[in-house]
Amino acid sequence: MNKTDVLIIGAGPTGLFCAHQLGIIGLSCEIVDNLDKAGGQCIELYPDKPIYDIPAIPECTGEELTSNLLNQIKPFNVKFHFNERVEKLNKIKDRWHVKTSGKKEFDVASIVIAGGVGSFEPRKFPVKECEKFEGKNLFYSIKDKSIFKNKEISIFGGGDSALDWAIELSNISKVNLIHRRDGFSGAESSVQKVKELNDKNKINLYTKYQMKSLSGDNKINAVTIRHEDGETKEIKTDYVLGFFGLIMQLGPILDWGLNINKKTVEVNTENFETNINGIFAIGDICSYPGKLKLILSGFHEGALAARGCFKYAKPDEKLRFEFTTTSKAAQERLGIKK
Amino acid sequence: MPKITYNTHDNKTHTIDVQKGLSVMEGAVQNDIPGIDADCGGGMACATCHVYVNEEWLDKLPKKEDGEEDMLDMAFEPKKNSRLSCQLIVSDELDGLIVNIPSKQC
Repeated sequence: MNKTDVLIIGAGPTGLFCAHQLGIIGLSCEIVDNLDKAGGQCIELYPDKPIYDIPAIPECTGEELTSNLLNQIKPFNVKFHFNERVEKLNKIKDRWHVKTSGKKEFDVASIVIAGGVGSFEPRKFPVKECEKFEGKNLFYSIKDKSIFKNKEISIFGGGDSALDWAIELSNISKVNLIHRRDGFSGAESSVQKVKELNDKNKINLYTKYQMKSLSGDNKINAVTIRHEDGETKEIKTDYVLGFFGLIMQLGPILDWGLNINKKTVEVNTENFETNINGIFAIGDICSYPGKLKLILSGFHEGALAARGCFKYAKPDEKLRFEFTTTSKAAQERLGIKK
Repeated sequence: MPKITYNTHDNKTHTIDVQKGLSVMEGAVQNDIPGIDADCGGGMACATCHVYVNEEWLDKLPKKEDGEEDMLDMAFEPKKNSRLSCQLIVSDELDGLIVNIPSKQC
């Protein structure tokens, strides 16, 4: 059981800055995120794209913003739990017991949901029968590539993951790469490499094709693809891989009894608490009149939610407002030596 | 105001006056037309405002910017007439536009 004052759900910029604000006022926190690293949408959707509206930072990328925020919270030694999704919340007396998908447990005074638009999950094939083969010989990510040795693999997608895996697996397996158009969104060097491998018959490239259906009983043994002109082809295959990026799903948050409106959680604007005492929501996931889905709004919301958490973590103490420029306590927490 | 028609997957037709300057996505979201999620809020970063444009409108629309086609790779069942509705800005030229909302966005 991990015992801490506050559990933050989501390691995007809003969650990270909230951890900073909690640290400044002397509360401890841990952060859970479904991705394998910090940064949330900034890292997953636009790591290289510039952001121009962070106050006092004329321009930075999602990646730079994330690494600066991580630097800023370094003094607080915040513990991260990646690849974990929060599943269950239970109120036990005046504490919350939280369980994650990986069976981690937390005992906390309050919870801050900074979950963006939900947790990132792989986008799946639209073809219905894919579901029953998922995890058998149809995958959306690769954990152990050795299972593909000397097999015939059909990879769908045109982004970096699809191209990189097609190139990588072409060394040990027979690879079909199927994509809905001639253009690819992956790196130009990978596109060139795939075309070379196609010329050398190391990869069979099918463009302007999409999946039509699968055949097989327990496992897929063939996939039928359809050209945009209607022509179909059946390809024998041992494995099917789909790389269509990630989609955001609210997931278990829907079951916690929160007031939810259009995939967002309603909060008050005094301290960003939800309809449930001790559960706060900040960033893109919260809604209130006038809400702007900007990173800077998330920072403000995190600062107020952190103060809202104080009375649950330290019910017998009074929180005094202080500036970091002059507060000895805050500077000690930041590890500043004079 | 230009009229935009949204055909939803439940076979209903919604014709809405949408203010010039809003996107076709915003027109749908503000009028509670089901089936447009727009998770990223219009940043061409998620492909959950995907629509099929009626054929006769395809050539009349502004061309896709870099990045829209890349995002459409991620959409649910993309077709030749697929567009991201956040990238279609309503103007007098788009008066009468008909878009079909797919059965799912993901």
